[in-house]
Amino acid sequence: MLINLALAYPELLLAVSALVLLVAGAFNPKATDVIGAFAVLSLAGAAAISAFGPHGVAFSGSLKADAAAGYAGVAIYLASAAAIPLGGNWFARKGAPAFEFPVLIVLAALGMGMMVSAGDLIALYIGIELQSLALYVLAAMYRDDLRASEAGLKYFVLGALSSGMLLYGSSLIYGFAGSTRFEDIAAAVHQGAHTGVLFGLIFLMCGLAFKVSAAPFHMWTPDVYEGAPTPVVGFFAGAPKLAAMVLFARVLYECFPGAISQWRQILIILGLTSIAVGAFAGLNQSNLKRLWAYSSIANVGYAILGLAAGTAEGVHAMLVFMVLYIVDVTGFFACLTALSRQGKAMETIEDMAGLFKEQPGIALAMTAFSLSALGLPPFSGFFAKYFVFKAAISLGDPMLTGAAIAGLVGSVVAAFYYLRLLRSMWFEAPTSATDKPPVDAKAIAIGAALFTFPVVLGALHLIDVQASLAAAAFGLK
Amino acid sequence: MTVGLAHYLAVAAILFTIGVFGIFVNRKNIIVILMSVELILLAVNINLVAFSAYLHDITGQIFAMFVLTVAAAEAAVGLAILVTFFRNRGDIAVDDVSVMKG
Repeated sequence: MLINLALAYPELLLAVSALVLLVAGAFNPKATDVIGAFAVLSLAGAAAISAFGPHGVAFSGSLKADAAAGYAGVAIYLASAAAIPLGGNWFARKGAPAFEFPVLIVLAALGMGMMVSAGDLIALYIGIELQSLALYVLAAMYRDDLRASEAGLKYFVLGALSSGMLLYGSSLIYGFAGSTRFEDIAAAVHQGAHTGVLFGLIFLMCGLAFKVSAAPFHMWTPDVYEGAPTPVVGFFAGAPKLAAMVLFARVLYECFPGAISQWRQILIILGLTSIAVGAFAGLNQSNLKRLWAYSSIANVGYAILGLAAGTAEGVHAMLVFMVLYIVDVTGFFACLTALSRQGKAMETIEDMAGLFKEQPGIALAMTAFSLSALGLPPFSGFFAKYFVFKAAISLGDPMLTGAAIAGLVGSVVAAFYYLRLLRSMWFEAPTSATDKPPVDAKAIAIGAALFTFPVVLGALHLIDVQASLAAAAFGLK
Repeated sequence: MTVGLAHYLAVAAILFTIGVFGIFVNRKNIIVILMSVELILLAVNINLVAFSAYLHDITGQIFAMFVLTVAAAEAAVGLAILVTFFRNRGDIAVDDVSVMKG
């Protein structure tokens, strides 16, 4: 059957609940908490459906509910659900509670759900735009803050440019391959892409690289991360990146498996420049949000190296990497959300001086996230990087092996800034007393820290198996 | 001389390039950037419709309809963000969008 609505239940649930909550909020603008609770429930429901729902293809191939969509869907919906209490309470503390916040998160999650299950260039575009439009508004949502509206504006302009490039690429691919469906495109280019399609593919990859903030398309990331509200950044840096990476994998492996020798070099260059920019440009940052923007650029670089391998093992590594990274980055920004001195947010490395004496729990959590992002065993980031490097080296391709070695060097360089943060927290004297951290942010931070170590040791088995199934869904060896 | 596919593609490529340059070279006004974004999307639409006619395939025109709709939504969101920026800053010159640097 061509139209099988059961396959679209997670997306339908989210779409309906976003609309219902929006109307409910319009009539009861004060009921922020209730709307937030219902949004969390519908996201949890969508996660459950995509974990246990049926697999198949619907809407003439536009929507693919397979193991990869299920795996990414669960991670995306859960990360979005965690963002709702974190951000909702932050806005309430700032005196600007907004019922639109949970609704926008649900809409963004809906867009991401469409992205990971897209089987067609039109579905790809609609998913990306639904996600991006919600994210632009989220970035600028703290309306009284100049930096937040500037962040929103920059994100909008560069995001719109990247969507334009992606779309121009899509139009060329459609014209020269003769279809918008991934399978038909794959059939048209199974012998390698000729000039027209290759042009389109390059534009499409540039657009997607913008969305995952891979260098040299990363320039929006530090500004947007610095200006946007901290809990919103925690959301930005996690789920949308996973969605865009899965979409990247879909485009490359389902549309262009025949042109692998042509796109692999582009991916290796994207990955290596991201790792280099993330490692070196992060060195002279003192604002932690900017620092983690560069850290996220570097981490996306590693995920892209996994993707460049072109094997099921590489996709598996990328999927594991991104999920472990989401927990890491959500936890870190939850820590930043929780911290303030006399009502002023603590955002620079100097602000963190003596944090261990003031807030030992949060300081320990931040230590765990930093060491994990650095890739030190036994934290989750080590396993993430281990899978990526193993996938990159096992192929025996000299260029990819060289890239993996360069990536290791990048990790060593990046160690400097993570360790600088640790030194500030552990060994310097506190300047003044910190405020009592809000319960929700602290709970999310500690929970994520416990996941980074030791829960990950147990959870990794489950993630590993699910990611293998998801990677197999791309039809690779 | 008949107007063929190549002519439409050339026009679209020129419009796309003007749009991209409009975003990067323009040093005056953010409204001009919004216009450049629209120009890029219209270039894409010309491409899609031209290919659709050339391939005798309706998908390109459906795609163009989706692009038009999303472009409208995108312009609305962009202008709304621009209004909040103007309220905080009192100006919408491109050079002013630089509180954060580094």
